[in-house]
Amino acid sequence: MSATTTARTSTARRPRTTGPDGGKRPRTRPVIDGVAMPGPFERTVKGVVLTIACALVILPFVGIISTSLATPEQVTEAGGFVLLPTGIDLSAYQMIFAGGVVTQALWISILVTAIGTTLSLALTTTLGWALSRKGAFGVRAMLLVVLISLLFNPGIIPSYLVVQRLGLLDTLWALIIPTSVSAFNVVVVRAFFVQLPNEVIDAARIDGATEWQLFWRIGLPLSKPVLAVVGLFYGVGYWNAFFNALLYMSDASKWPLQLVLRTYVVDGAQLGSQDLGIDAAALPPQTSLQMAILVVSIVPVLLVYPFLQRHFAKGMLTGAVKG
Amino acid sequence: MTAVEEPRTGRAGTLRPKSGGRGSGSRTPSGTGPQPVRRRQSWWQRLVRDRAVLLLALPGMAVIIVFQYLALGGNVIAFQDYQPYLGIGRSLWVGFENFQILFSGDPEFLSALRNTLVITLLQTVFVFPAPIILALLLHSLVSNRVRQIVQSVLYLPHFLSWVIVVAVFQQVLGGAGLLNNFLRSHGWEPIDIIGNSDAFYALITSQVIWKDTGWATILFLAVLAGIDKSLYEASAVDGASRWRQTWHITLPGMRPIIIMLLILKLGDSLSVGFEQLILQQQAVGLGVSDVLDTYVYNQGVLGGFWGVAAAVGLVKGLIGLALVLVANKTAHAFGEEGVYRA
Repeated sequence: MSATTTARTSTARRPRTTGPDGGKRPRTRPVIDGVAMPGPFERTVKGVVLTIACALVILPFVGIISTSLATPEQVTEAGGFVLLPTGIDLSAYQMIFAGGVVTQALWISILVTAIGTTLSLALTTTLGWALSRKGAFGVRAMLLVVLISLLFNPGIIPSYLVVQRLGLLDTLWALIIPTSVSAFNVVVVRAFFVQLPNEVIDAARIDGATEWQLFWRIGLPLSKPVLAVVGLFYGVGYWNAFFNALLYMSDASKWPLQLVLRTYVVDGAQLGSQDLGIDAAALPPQTSLQMAILVVSIVPVLLVYPFLQRHFAKGMLTGAVKG
Repeated sequence: MTAVEEPRTGRAGTLRPKSGGRGSGSRTPSGTGPQPVRRRQSWWQRLVRDRAVLLLALPGMAVIIVFQYLALGGNVIAFQDYQPYLGIGRSLWVGFENFQILFSGDPEFLSALRNTLVITLLQTVFVFPAPIILALLLHSLVSNRVRQIVQSVLYLPHFLSWVIVVAVFQQVLGGAGLLNNFLRSHGWEPIDIIGNSDAFYALITSQVIWKDTGWATILFLAVLAGIDKSLYEASAVDGASRWRQTWHITLPGMRPIIIMLLILKLGDSLSVGFEQLILQQQAVGLGVSDVLDTYVYNQGVLGGFWGVAAAVGLVKGLIGLALVLVANKTAHAFGEEGVYRA
């Protein structure tokens, strides 16, 4: 993002003083970097288009959050979906957190995300570091193996057979290990390590640092921004993973949140008090429960999103440009 | 290049299990190494010298090799009458029998193939250009603040899972959803969208646009920011309008990235949104929503026809790979960079 910002205003800093900037008075509209400012009609159209686009993204979330909080009477009256709640009722949340299937799935998702992200970061940074050691034995060949793996996908059935062979079916490891190393992220991390100044590494080496110390004391501390992005990407990936869970988890008691979401929200299975682990006679409307589950699955993503947003342009671009 | 590198890994198994022994020693150039003085070392000395690096690489490489490369071996069941309780070792070999499904005119397979191609076509025509247009729009905004706010909002759906996206669409467009409630409360007829097979392709296309258009602009915006500003200045002096500048400077500047993404898209053309479609099959039925990937899943994992499913998956993968290679070659022939250069 910052690259764009500076590029736009960079005309002033250019050494070329004889540029066209000064001699452009005759034009009716001001010109920035050689591009004329848009006219009022164009600006209005753009404004309308972008406002509609943003509204299409934001409004559904407003509706979902409102419905999950609205009182049962209002939900029933509205026939399902409430845009502005008149009163706040947290009973839907109390029910799904009462210890039933949803709570259970939530814990599983948290566990998988935490363990998975840690493992992924460890594997990705160590491999990325090793592959950045140009000239070391086997590094070129290993890099090629990693890059080629980006070109193909082993397929659904073969992946299933490997997980089955390793005895991971119906264990939480099936949700973690197969996706623990993303070749793309390895390439991104490697690209970052490669551009670290050689002098620092050589100096540390002369002082007797081992390879592990170089990685742990120099490589990692200097690459915090890229680690943040890659870590958040992995985290969001584990949290959102649906395909692996569908494929490898037939035991419903080990389902992560996404599968519960599918069963009770997308497929619309009824959530009874037995599923929720409560013995309340009167449940809130199904819609409120469904929306509460949706909110619970969206909120973690919304919480990390600002951090992601700040870094991801940088992280993505390192990979795209150098990969 | 694919074929040359892999066998090395296998051969090196005799060296030392820990090393993984990639690369056949003497051929790996060592001139670029940190210690150019000790260039003339045998591969064994270099392996011992660099053991720490290899050890760091080992766990990550192991995951990639097992789940990407060794997994490929599972494709042999395409040639077997595979029975899970017998395993690969004891299942019967049946040659190409499983592949007959591709030619026998099986209606379910043909339907999956047709749906795949239709959806890919729709996505190339409607989904692919959307981020390019949006990126041009965002790039032309003068205010950086406005642009950043719009970007923050439009990137967000990319980070939601398909389950959430499908659920959100159901809530907004479903029978009791936002749209239909609004229509009913104003005395209009509700529209049947969710679960309506006639509207299904429009629905899934708009889902993909909603989820990923914003995020996909990120690459295009980076390219736009990198276009030489002096080109615009020079053309402005020559009296070029904004539209002419877009046509003659901006779009040509974006051409390499557009071609690269089109090649990748082509390679992916037989894999259309597994998660997105499998979530909605129950609502609209297999007739319009079964694609090759869901066919493989339904036949193999759910139906137990492992061999047939693997055969379809294998052919699909090979065609995808061939498409990328051919498209890349074609791009080179037209003087473009393409995705990679071998």
